Amino acid sequence: MKKILSILPLLVAVIGLHILTSATDTMYYLTQMTMSAYYSLLIIGLCALMGYAGQISIGHAGFFAIGGYISAALTTRSLIPYQDSFLVKLFDSAGFLFVGQDIYGDSLLVFTPWAACGIAVLTAALIAVAIGIPVLKLKGHYLAMATLGFGIIVYRIALATEYFGEADGISEVPAFVLLPGLSVSGSFGDRVQNYYIAWGLLLIGMLLLLNLMDSRVGRALRGIHGSDEAADAMGVNTARFKLQTFVLSAVFAAIAGVFLTHYNGGIGPSEAGVMKSVRYVAIVAVGGMANLWGTLLMGIVLNFFSLRGSFGSYDDAVFGLILILIMLFAPNGILSINIRSCLRLLPGRNKADREGEV
Amino acid sequence: MLKIRNLQSGYGKIRVLKHVSMHVDPGEIVTIIGANGAGKTTLLSTIAGLVKATTGEADFKGTNTLKVKADAIPALGCVMVPEGRQVFAAMTVEENLLLGGHVLQKQGKQVLADLLQHQYERFPILRDRREQLAGTLSGGEQQMLAIGRALMSKPSLVMMDEPSTGLAPLIVKEIFQIIVRLREEGNTVLLVEQNAKAALGIADRGYVMETGKIILQGPAEDLLANQDVQRAYLGRERTEKQ
Repeated sequence: MKKILSILPLLVAVIGLHILTSATDTMYYLTQMTMSAYYSLLIIGLCALMGYAGQISIGHAGFFAIGGYISAALTTRSLIPYQDSFLVKLFDSAGFLFVGQDIYGDSLLVFTPWAACGIAVLTAALIAVAIGIPVLKLKGHYLAMATLGFGIIVYRIALATEYFGEADGISEVPAFVLLPGLSVSGSFGDRVQNYYIAWGLLLIGMLLLLNLMDSRVGRALRGIHGSDEAADAMGVNTARFKLQTFVLSAVFAAIAGVFLTHYNGGIGPSEAGVMKSVRYVAIVAVGGMANLWGTLLMGIVLNFFSLRGSFGSYDDAVFGLILILIMLFAPNGILSINIRSCLRLLPGRNKADREGEV
Repeated sequence: MLKIRNLQSGYGKIRVLKHVSMHVDPGEIVTIIGANGAGKTTLLSTIAGLVKATTGEADFKGTNTLKVKADAIPALGCVMVPEGRQVFAAMTVEENLLLGGHVLQKQGKQVLADLLQHQYERFPILRDRREQLAGTLSGGEQQMLAIGRALMSKPSLVMMDEPSTGLAPLIVKEIFQIIVRLREEGNTVLLVEQNAKAALGIADRGYVMETGKIILQGPAEDLLANQDVQRAYLGRERTEKQ
C-alpha cells in the first residue's frame, strides 16, 4: 500500500506532462516519452538484476530483441504456405491465428498480437533459463563476458536470418489491439493513448519491483550482492534467486521489446546491438545501481534526449562519457551527488578556508 | 546433536582434514583450538556445506549435512557465524538481522518481529544502530550483529568461527560473556578459536587440532591443565615446584 502511494507523484507527473504538452502545443514530445518509457521498463528490470542482486548482464538488448523480433515475425510472416501442417492447424484451432491482409491486398495468415506477445515473452523467459543456469555460476568480469557473448549471438542471428529480415529488420508490424479501442500503434491519432499505455506498463513494473525489492526477496538479493557465500550461510538459495531475477529482468526486457516493436511498427538489428546493452548498463549505474527511482529517472531523461537526437551522431560516445564521469564523481549514482561537497571542490574559495574544514 | 565420523575434506587436491571425528551434545559449549592452518575453519565450513567433503559423515539431528546443499543447512537448525563477521556491509543492521531469519519464512511476520526484538534486547547497541549500514559498525558491533543474525534463524546449534579475531581484549571478554549467556539460554555452541585460553575458559569440552587431525580431546579443565596444550597454545611452561 505504501508503495502505491509512493508512485502517485509519478502518476501525477505523467498526467501533468500530458496536460503541459497539450497546452503548449508540443505533443510531439509524447512520442519520445512513450519510447523512453518502454526502454525504462527494460532498464528497471536490469536494475533489479544488477543493482540489487549484483549480477551484471551486458546482453539485455538481446532479450529485448528476442521479444521484439519474435512478436514482429509472428504477426507479419504469413503462414499460408504451411497452413496444412499439423502445428499451424493446432495454433489455428487454439485461436492464435487470424486472416489479415498486407498492404498489397494479399491475404495473410498470421498470429494475433496477443498470441505473438505470449510466445515472444515465453521464449525470452525460456532462453533466459537456459542461458542463466550455466552463466550465473560465473562472477564479475566472467559473467559480463558471457552475457556479452550472448548479446552478440542474438545480434548476429538477427542480422543473418532471412526470416528476421537480415539487415533490414522487420517492418509493417500491425497494431497490437490490447482491448477494443485501445491499441499499441504508431498512428498519429493513438499518440495519447499510447503514452498512457507505455507509462501504465512502466508504473505497474515499477510497483512490482518496488514491492519485491522491499521484501524478503529483496533482502536476499542484496545479501547475494554482498557475498554469495555469506548469503548461502544464511540459508538463501543463491542459485535459485539469481536465476529467478535474471528471468524476471529478461521478461521485462522482452515485454518492452514487444510493445516498442508494435509502437514503432517494426524492429531492426540495431535494437540487439551490443552498444544498446552497454547503454542500459550505463543507465543503471548512473541511476545509482540499487536505486529503482534513480534508474527510472535517468532512464527516462537520457533516453528522451537520445531519442530527440540531442547527442547527434555522438550518441554512444555521450553514453560512454557519462559512464566515465559518473564512476569518477558519483559512484553511488546521480541522485547521491552532494551539491555542497561539489561546490567545495570548485576553485574560487581560498585555500585556508578549505583547510579549516578538514 | 552433532556427530562427525571419519571426516576428510580439502580444497582441490590439498587434503586438509584427515579422519576427523568429534561430537557435540545439546546444551554444551564445545571448542576446537589449534594453531593457524590446523584445519579448524575448514572443519566448520565442511559441516556448513561450504567446502565439499571427500569421505565421512556429519550427522546433525539425523541428517548428514555433507549431503545437503549449503543453503539448506540453516533450515535444519545449524547456522554459522563466519570468520571475519561477513556482515552485509551495504545493508542496515535491521536488514542484516531480518536476512538472518530468511529460513523462517513460513512462520510469519510476527515470529520474525519477536525474534528481532529478542536480538535487540540481547544486544541493545544494535537497536541504537538499527538504521545504520552494517559496514559502518565497529568490529565488536559487527561481531554482535553476526551473532544476532545467526540467532535469528532459531538455530539449535551455533557454530562460531574465531569470534575474537581482530577485537580489543575488553570486547573479546564481552563476546565470550555473550557466548556463555547463549548456553544459559539453552543454546548449543561449537566454538573455533585461536585464543585457546579464553575459549577453554568458557567451554565444557575441547578438541585440539594440529595439521588436520584431532590430537587431543577432553573436558576443558583437563585441556587447560594439560602440559602439551599449555606449551603449544597457552604460551607458558608449567614450572614445577621444588
